[in-house]
Amino acid sequence: MVPDAEFTSYYGRPVIKEPVWRVPDVPGYLFLGGLAGASSVLAAGSQLSGYRELARVAKVGALGAISLSAVALIHDLGRPGRFANMLRVFKPSSPMSVGSWLLAGYGPVAGAAAVSEMTGILPKAGTAATLGAGLLGPAIATYTAALICDTAVPAWHAGYREMPYVFAGSAASAAGGLGLLVTRPADAEPARNLAVFGATVELIAKRQLIRRLAGSEGQSLAEPYEAGTTGAILRLAEFLTAGALAGAVLGRRSRAVSALAGASLVAASAMTRFGIFEAGMASARDPKYTIVPQRRLAGRPPGAA
Amino acid sequence: MAECHPVGFQWVMEAKARGAKVIHVDPRFTRTSAVADLHVPLRAGSDIVFLGGIINYVLGCEKYFRDYVVNYTNAATLLTEDFKDTEDLDGVFSGLDREHRTYDFDAWRYQGGEMSAAAGRRDRVDRSEAHRQVRQAGRGEAHGAGGAAAHMDPDRDETLTSPRCVFQVLKRHFARYTPEMVEQVCGVPPEAFARVCELLTENSGPDRTTAFVYSVGWTQHTVGVQYIRTAAILQLLLGNIGRPGGGILALRGHASIQGSTDIPTLFDLLPGYLPMPHVNGNEDLATYVHAESMDKGFWANMSTYVVSLLKAWWGDAATSANDFCFDYLPRLTGSHSTYETVAAQINGDCQGYFLFGENPAVGSANGRMQRFGLANLDWLVVRDLALIESATFWQNGPEIETQEMHTEDIGTEVFFMPAAAHTEKNGSFTNTQRMLQWHHEAVEPAGDARSDLWFAYHLGRRIREKLAPGGLGGVPRQGTVADEMDRPILDLTWDYPVEGPLSEPSADAVLAEINGWDAGRQPLSSYAQLKDDGSTSCGCWIYCGVRAGGVNQAARRKPGGEQSWVAPEWGWAWPLNRRILYNRASADPDGKPWSERKALVWWDADAGKWTGHDVADFVADRPPSFRPAADAKGVDAISGIDPFILQADGKAWLFAPAGVVDGPLPAHYEPQESPFVNPLYGQQRNPVREIIKHRQNPLQPAGSEPGAGVFPYVATTYRLTEHHTAGGMSRMLPYLSELQPEFFCEVSPALAAERGLSHAGWATIITARTAIEARVLVTERMRTIEVQGRQLHQVGLPYHWGANGISTGDSANDLAHLALDPNVHIQEVKALACDIRPGRRPRGPALRQLVQEYAERAGITDDTGTEL
Amino acid sequence: MSIDPAARAGHSDHPARVGFFTDTSVCIGCKACEVACKEWNTVPEDGLSLSGMSYDNTVGLGASTWRHVAFIEQSVPAAADAAAGLRWLMSSDVCKHCTQAACLDVCPTGALFRTEFGTVVVQDDVCNGCGYCVPACPFGVIDRREQDGQAHKCTLCYDRLGAGLEPACAKACPTQSIQFGPLDELRERAQLRVDELREAGQDPRLYLADPEDGIGGGGAFFLLLDEPEVYGLPPDPVVTTRDLPGMWKHVAIAAAGLAATAVALGLGRRR
Repeated sequence: MVPDAEFTSYYGRPVIKEPVWRVPDVPGYLFLGGLAGASSVLAAGSQLSGYRELARVAKVGALGAISLSAVALIHDLGRPGRFANMLRVFKPSSPMSVGSWLLAGYGPVAGAAAVSEMTGILPKAGTAATLGAGLLGPAIATYTAALICDTAVPAWHAGYREMPYVFAGSAASAAGGLGLLVTRPADAEPARNLAVFGATVELIAKRQLIRRLAGSEGQSLAEPYEAGTTGAILRLAEFLTAGALAGAVLGRRSRAVSALAGASLVAASAMTRFGIFEAGMASARDPKYTIVPQRRLAGRPPGAA
Repeated sequence: MAECHPVGFQWVMEAKARGAKVIHVDPRFTRTSAVADLHVPLRAGSDIVFLGGIINYVLGCEKYFRDYVVNYTNAATLLTEDFKDTEDLDGVFSGLDREHRTYDFDAWRYQGGEMSAAAGRRDRVDRSEAHRQVRQAGRGEAHGAGGAAAHMDPDRDETLTSPRCVFQVLKRHFARYTPEMVEQVCGVPPEAFARVCELLTENSGPDRTTAFVYSVGWTQHTVGVQYIRTAAILQLLLGNIGRPGGGILALRGHASIQGSTDIPTLFDLLPGYLPMPHVNGNEDLATYVHAESMDKGFWANMSTYVVSLLKAWWGDAATSANDFCFDYLPRLTGSHSTYETVAAQINGDCQGYFLFGENPAVGSANGRMQRFGLANLDWLVVRDLALIESATFWQNGPEIETQEMHTEDIGTEVFFMPAAAHTEKNGSFTNTQRMLQWHHEAVEPAGDARSDLWFAYHLGRRIREKLAPGGLGGVPRQGTVADEMDRPILDLTWDYPVEGPLSEPSADAVLAEINGWDAGRQPLSSYAQLKDDGSTSCGCWIYCGVRAGGVNQAARRKPGGEQSWVAPEWGWAWPLNRRILYNRASADPDGKPWSERKALVWWDADAGKWTGHDVADFVADRPPSFRPAADAKGVDAISGIDPFILQADGKAWLFAPAGVVDGPLPAHYEPQESPFVNPLYGQQRNPVREIIKHRQNPLQPAGSEPGAGVFPYVATTYRLTEHHTAGGMSRMLPYLSELQPEFFCEVSPALAAERGLSHAGWATIITARTAIEARVLVTERMRTIEVQGRQLHQVGLPYHWGANGISTGDSANDLAHLALDPNVHIQEVKALACDIRPGRRPRGPALRQLVQEYAERAGITDDTGTEL
Repeated sequence: MSIDPAARAGHSDHPARVGFFTDTSVCIGCKACEVACKEWNTVPEDGLSLSGMSYDNTVGLGASTWRHVAFIEQSVPAAADAAAGLRWLMSSDVCKHCTQAACLDVCPTGALFRTEFGTVVVQDDVCNGCGYCVPACPFGVIDRREQDGQAHKCTLCYDRLGAGLEPACAKACPTQSIQFGPLDELRERAQLRVDELREAGQDPRLYLADPEDGIGGGGAFFLLLDEPEVYGLPPDPVVTTRDLPGMWKHVAIAAAGLAATAVALGLGRRR
């Protein structure tokens, strides 16, 4: 552990501004968006491999999640009436712009897939929509990592290399978990596979994230992820994920165990997103997370012009 | 200066950028100190010792500018044997009337003749009780400078060695103001003091000059005028007066307060620093002129200034047959200063009050006494931009909360008249450099708001209509006669043109009247054109020329980059657009500048006149070699080496034989309320200080008196950049209120530890008058200094707060007492003694109980603090 | 190599880039800049409580504070002949109008844009208050205003520039601490001032004057008398967008991986 370095600040005030995004809106969206995107992936795969029941669950789940997401996002705007301004421009330099366009495409497509599934109308179009949503879904599930990392928030920005994998894994884990929760084990094989894959990726990526942040530049940026309530929640999420992973594999014949594992994965995914959100907020509030790494990274003696 | 005059301070920064050194002497470390080269913290109330110490150094180490001192000051003048200094009388001067607490100037005379002051009372005529009353009126501001009357040629010793010459008296007087004394009394370490002495003397002399800048940190003391005198003596010894980059710049506390002493709102002055006539000794015009003017110098022409003023005010009604209506002028019977007036209000002798842009409930010392006065009036008129505390005292004053007053029992009828702001009217500001700058109306005032000019004019118009023999509504009927008592008002020239939808009187017309006209109604261009035969009129002789040629000179705005460094075409300075007063002193006795780099004005022998960068403050065509005949009078008596043209002896006064009522030389006295004994003399305090003796003005024991330890800390009041005086123009505005939103006190970490105060917590500060509460800022900028072997803690109190507006809080001035400087009646709010404790103050009647407890512990009686 | 941000944003034939050089060595802490800014731009009052932070009750930049004067009281070794061992630093902070502006890069609606003067301005009629710019700024400048839900910050008095006037704060500053003008001129002047102060034995440093730094140099840069963090400024800020290519790369890989699982899930038929 690198000991805390000495530093000065302006009366202990934050250097940057913490996000104005509200809880539960934005961390909720991170979770729901990931769940939706990965569910569309699951829906597409299940459909192709004939797991009709699972495909149905995944499509409805995706629509439900993405609809709630839209509500959360619009609600979080300072001027919700102007949400359409998101489509005034397309800016690759802004993950939120890219995401808005992705959502603009994905939402209707996921909706069409679900509606077709639930009503039986236009099944071929429905299949096409399912596949389309399955293609866009991964982007939906991962772009949000770029969104939060493309800020000055120290605990997020420093983790930009690992975060997309954490999000992808977490999304897959949640989508698979939803499938395990709602579907009979026999019909849930793709869900189980997705869950196992996702949970594993998430656990590994998160460990890697923490390891990188812990070693950075004299002030551990892993601290916000490990300290206090946030740390407790993230550890609990990790525990739940690992447990659920085991449960999903070992208890794959038991409905109860599978359902419990599924629920745990969904819950853990949500907790992970909220935990990552709060860790970021904490790192924005305390000036040391901004100042110390920059001072060390600068490498130049203080005072150079 | 950076705190209170940030815009003016840019010139200090400019000078600093060009290599000037900035020294800041102040009990606190302020925003000025932050950019100064040297900050010297000292005890509030000890500056005479500090400056006196420097004078002692200058004299002892012979760092004075000898040629300047010998030729341009009264250093060589001999005093009579009657004069006894504080060295002889343990802290007082000869001539002290202990019973009446006044000095008789007789013993301070020059040898060879009588001297009377150009400032203050001249004393030429009367030595009786009446004379003493006149002395008490102070009238210290009259005539602006000092001067003498009868004798222009006192005996002198140009070798400066005679024991009775001013120079030797000075040396002896200041001999005890040693660096050790400075350390003991002021708390200034010897190294810092030595550094100041070095910097000052290195930077003074023929090639270099040093400027002093001060404000109310020096004047708001019972010895305030003597502070200024000490600085003047020092600057004269260093040869810095009348020279570019030198001088003493008095920063006024308010945008046009210079204008309000020039065209005065002071009880004891007429425009141009003419003294207000006194009931004794000024019975008629001739007596007044004889008593108040001088035989030599420009005050010799006083009759022309007075008569022209009377013609401006009473026009055709003023003729030589009726002394030009001199009798219409009111007469003083004593001091009618603001604080005596408040006492008179409480006592029922003063029934009505006008407050024009003034908030005494917050801004004047002893706020309680102010409010008790307001509560006892029949009527009160308040003109201001917003509802200030002086207008709402009856509703939310502190005495309502303590239940000492009850709204329903207050009989004062209060009229609040909204006032127009400076952007809503035409007029002028006169700033601290004596410069008039015109300001133009940008918008009409909204609603009922009106300018002061509108108010005064229309009030006068309506009163005249009521007083006119025809009764209300107008022009007096032919053949009827007005009551004799009303003639002074009815005979006034009151015919200013009005303009616009609000019938606003033309400010330009008023300026024209101030500037004056000759017999042919042509605008005058100089006070030299004024006559005493009634053919000229002029509202203020020092402003004569501001509208020369019919052009508003104060409105000139030629950019600095397009004119010389003196920039004479920006605005107009009085008198006669001279930018540096006494600038004859910038040239040597032969009329050559003391040095090229400090050239300002010089004698051009070929042209036969004075010339240079500035307008010469001298007789334009008088050669340096001129020596007046023995019987010469008036302006003819000014010699070629008399730069101080308003003094009768033409010299600057190191020793003031008259005019300053508390001593010809400054002596250190402790403030009225001080935790310390005066180590210099047996005389603890200013023996002739003015005390308003009143039950609402209890005073604390001081020095070694029993009970002095109940108030062990020194408090000082001051201003912050973000707020303006009593807050009427800043606490009512969101953008300023948010910059300093709450009243706070500043204390050192040591004081916080001693009294248990927490940073950003609350504290209660207590004096004999009352107790107030403030947030606490614990800061190293308030220094704990060592004085006479003790650690002295000082409490800083910005005084802007009151109950009204966006930013509210208790008023620091409620703590202050009314012991005043006897020359100008100013309050001593820069050095009080107080106690401070953590936590908020009691509410309601419990507040008075707290104050009472303190009074009992300190053993305060009606006589405490009133000793000589 | 100095970037021309206005040209990059698509302005052809644009005026010289302008900005601020704030010389904090001559700041007297009068806050005329704060007041002039609020008056000109009708920015609301935003806080009436004593902070206890020396004379700074403004506390920091935000949606309703576009100029903020910082006050730092320091004990310094006392010179042998001076009584005081104190230093009081004062500095007027402002939006840096970065050459590489993160707020501008992340704004999804295009409300934030680069003007022809090289400055960064928010269009009040476009901003929908998404708040993305707020955590993107490495200096903590821009914020969302509660009263109207939109992001606001210093405009470098865009309206005054258009009329050939200097910004309100520069106009009001009595000591020329805030200097306005063409940026390259200001940079030269600043270097001369640094040299001057160094010769006088002080320790000044320029902050954000270097086009090679993490934001491409600031349109507003400073002369400081101590470390940036003493004033509340980040020591070595880098615009977040610098790492965006890496972010997209990892997003793409992670997304591809997730998509591949769809394929994998699709293989293997239901029994």
